[in-house]
Amino acid sequence: MMNFQFNASELIFALPELFLLSAISIILLFDLFASERLKPLTYYLTQLALIITGWLAFDLIGESATIFSGTFVLDTMGSTFKVFIMGFAIIALVYTRHYLKAHELLRNEYFILALMSILGMMVMVSGHSLLTLYMGLEIMSLSLYALIASARDRSVAIEAALKYFVLGAIASGLLLYGMSMIYGITGSLDIAQISNFARASTLASQQTLILNFGLVFLVIGVAFKLGAVPFHMWVPDVYQGSPTSVTMFLSTVPKIAAIALLIRLLIDGLGDLQHYWSDLLMIIAVLSIALGSLVALMQSNIKRMLAYSTISHIGFVLLGFVTGVVEGYGAAVFYILVYILMSLAAFGSIIVLNKNGFEADQISDYQGLSKHSPWFALIILVVMLSMAGVPPFIGFYSKLFILQQVIAEGYVILAVIAVVFAVISAYYYLQIIKTMYFDDADKEITVSAPLDMRVVLSINGILILLVGLMPSFWMSLSVSLF
Amino acid sequence: MDSLLSLLIWLPILGAVLVLLIGNNRISIARWVSVSISILVFVLSVTLFLDFDTSTSAMQFVEKASWIGQFNVFYHLGIDGISMPLIILTTFSTVLVIIAGWEVIKNRVADYMAAFLMMEGLIIGVFSSMDSMLFYVFWEASLIPMLLIIGVWGGQNRVYASIKFFLYTFLGSVFMLVSLIYMYNLSGSFAITDMYTLPLTLTQQSWIFWAFFLAFAVKVPMFPVHTWLPDAHVQAPTGGSVILAAIMLKMGGYGFFRFSLPITPDASSSFATIVIILSLIAIVYIGFVALVQKDMKKLIAYSSISHMGFVTLGVFVVFSIMKMGADGQLVSINGSSIESAYLGLEGAMIQMISHGFISAAMFLVVGVLYDRLHSREISTYGGVINSMPKFTGFAVLFALANAGLPGTSGFVGEFMVILGALQANFWFAFLAATTLIIGAAYTLWMVKRVFWGPINNPDVSSLSDINNRELCIFAILATAVLLMGMYPQPVIEVMHTSVINLLEQALTTKLPVSL
Repeated sequence: MMNFQFNASELIFALPELFLLSAISIILLFDLFASERLKPLTYYLTQLALIITGWLAFDLIGESATIFSGTFVLDTMGSTFKVFIMGFAIIALVYTRHYLKAHELLRNEYFILALMSILGMMVMVSGHSLLTLYMGLEIMSLSLYALIASARDRSVAIEAALKYFVLGAIASGLLLYGMSMIYGITGSLDIAQISNFARASTLASQQTLILNFGLVFLVIGVAFKLGAVPFHMWVPDVYQGSPTSVTMFLSTVPKIAAIALLIRLLIDGLGDLQHYWSDLLMIIAVLSIALGSLVALMQSNIKRMLAYSTISHIGFVLLGFVTGVVEGYGAAVFYILVYILMSLAAFGSIIVLNKNGFEADQISDYQGLSKHSPWFALIILVVMLSMAGVPPFIGFYSKLFILQQVIAEGYVILAVIAVVFAVISAYYYLQIIKTMYFDDADKEITVSAPLDMRVVLSINGILILLVGLMPSFWMSLSVSLF
Repeated sequence: MDSLLSLLIWLPILGAVLVLLIGNNRISIARWVSVSISILVFVLSVTLFLDFDTSTSAMQFVEKASWIGQFNVFYHLGIDGISMPLIILTTFSTVLVIIAGWEVIKNRVADYMAAFLMMEGLIIGVFSSMDSMLFYVFWEASLIPMLLIIGVWGGQNRVYASIKFFLYTFLGSVFMLVSLIYMYNLSGSFAITDMYTLPLTLTQQSWIFWAFFLAFAVKVPMFPVHTWLPDAHVQAPTGGSVILAAIMLKMGGYGFFRFSLPITPDASSSFATIVIILSLIAIVYIGFVALVQKDMKKLIAYSSISHMGFVTLGVFVVFSIMKMGADGQLVSINGSSIESAYLGLEGAMIQMISHGFISAAMFLVVGVLYDRLHSREISTYGGVINSMPKFTGFAVLFALANAGLPGTSGFVGEFMVILGALQANFWFAFLAATTLIIGAAYTLWMVKRVFWGPINNPDVSSLSDINNRELCIFAILATAVLLMGMYPQPVIEVMHTSVINLLEQALTTKLPVSL
């Protein structure tokens, strides 16, 4: 049934992936044989590999091809996502290195595992067959499990890793179950053929039932990976238990891959069942926004708070998909990119305060920060207000875009619910600002992060304001992907 | 100059960044830079006033550039006679608060000055935006500096007050955002003038009206959504209270003028009675609440709410005076002249400006006392006149203006609104007029307990009278209050053409005419 043909000229379209895979192997070998003195080079090689991969992906923007017998697709969306993945990963790794140093966790496997999971994400982004998508997902997830457990002597990290692994395996199982049903009914793993099958108007009711059944499991699998309610149980514990650098990584870059998974499966594959999955996503989205906003109010651990805040942001992203129109999808992509930029800055601000094994993960650790390091307090202020959706920061425009699409499709009530919860969630972001600016400090926190960390974090914070003042480009870019 | 409005917005904002960069360690430089920037902005706004053409209701000093192409959002500025006086009020008050905070603020001086400059730019942005999304951005962004001003430099209970302030106003505004997006989806444009001409059914108008109402009523603040104001005022530092009362509350009133009346004329007309009743409750009931306050700032805060009731009363009373006739001419409902409808709207505007001066002055009066004895309790004081005669002179003048004494600005606005209301309904006017008694009661009773009488507190006898800096501020404010009271004509002239235009828009139905 499947006819695999190999054509060497197709390889050019998978160049970023192939390059990254080779780079990973080389870095792994280099690290194995490098002397102690040369070990720090691994980090720089990692960053170099990411930059080159990003550049290769950037170079392929505009090309489109379906290769490897239809299992791998190269399109503008895929290439753009890859560029963003690289860009965000580079920022994340700058923060990561400082964190690992501050906690004496610096081991080079960390970077190699991170690269490996990024490779998985790239495969997910470009997957054009159920099998490729699943394979990418597993490459990514397995590396992430190992990353969480990289803090071997912390029991909470081990617990988090185990929790993520067990629940992740269940989710993968559900996803596979859904995929097998779809494969069973359509007879193909190829997204294009699944799409053709679903489009055919002459479906027996039996076939529709099985297709819809499979669809439900796909939605559950994707919702789990995104951490949307009611499949969010793992999010707070994993976020809190993981080393902060891993939490940051988890909450940022893989989200792009998960969104790509959603787009490939639901829009590219089962786009004709949109009316059906829209309703599912709507319930998930509203629940996520509500629960994320309400439960975050009671958190005293900032990582846990950000976990719930992520859940509510994911709810907003899903609202964009609920609309079922291209602009709505574009709004969702814009939201996720904005969210990642903000999330990186938020975790970066936690990490920048880390030193000598001190974790600044309690909200009370931020007391009086604005006195001792006004610049970083200002960045955190910007990030928090942006997450709350206060203009002129970028977080406002992402919410605006989503709301505009939701209202345009006639869901005014959804928009009202969303904004009310946005106001509720503003309370806990304000708590952080209050702690930094209004409270007096018991102890003095000084920032002793290295220069690269400070510079990148500053740029990250300034971007939140600057892109907010000129959001046009990112917005039209996001819509042009579909 | 073509980009005068942009300059007015961005000069203070960039100035704020400069002051932040100067930092809290070079206090003296930071102070002088701030005050120079604020004076420069004030001078620029005066040139704006001088170049302003009072004969047209069209937008002037228009600037337009594409901003967010995706949404057809433009960086579109322009002012008419309604925004003009409010911009002057903003630049004027900012100079005052920066001078008022000169020696008083000892903690993080540069940040304090920067926050006020930032706020000045953002609020001028609110008053000059012709694009509703630009308006919304400025509107919300202006919350941030105020949040920090109350939270960082405020009193004991500042955290509660600042967060309550922020969440209250944020909640009000998001509904406005939803309705703005809703109208954008209908018309494909965020331009405010396009919304004026957008046809809307009565149901749509009603929803939009109430969404706007929430946003603006919270800001004004109207009864029953006023409860954040006493907290915010009491906890805010003097400068924060001044800006809050003098300008931020006016943003709500401005919203009614700019959005509610022209965009939802039919809904405004059908709900006018409810708004008038709420305004009267604010005027009378809140007046009584002010009477029993023990804290001077709280008393003035409640008095603010009561006085702002005149603004909403003046705005919505026009619907009971005039209606649009079938031939497109304004027709009086019960035989009153068209001037009385102007009286309502113009009285509301004058009341906003005058309240800006008087409430600023009153808060500064309390600030002067607070700086010396660190108490806002009325009972702490008594016989202040003995040790501070010059100060008492000013304080009594402002108190009388607050009570609406003829010859001060407080009288003009209230009198115009009452006259307007009289044409609509005798009882509206009667209830509104009781404020002249209640207002006099709570203000003068406070004056009596604070300034007259024997000295009960030994600290009061050792008070030093106001220094030259304070004298200067009070002299400027006293001039403004008296000038507005005796000769309000220039301000009325500036807004007159725009008010006529607004009245026509507000009374022109957007519904299909049934024959």
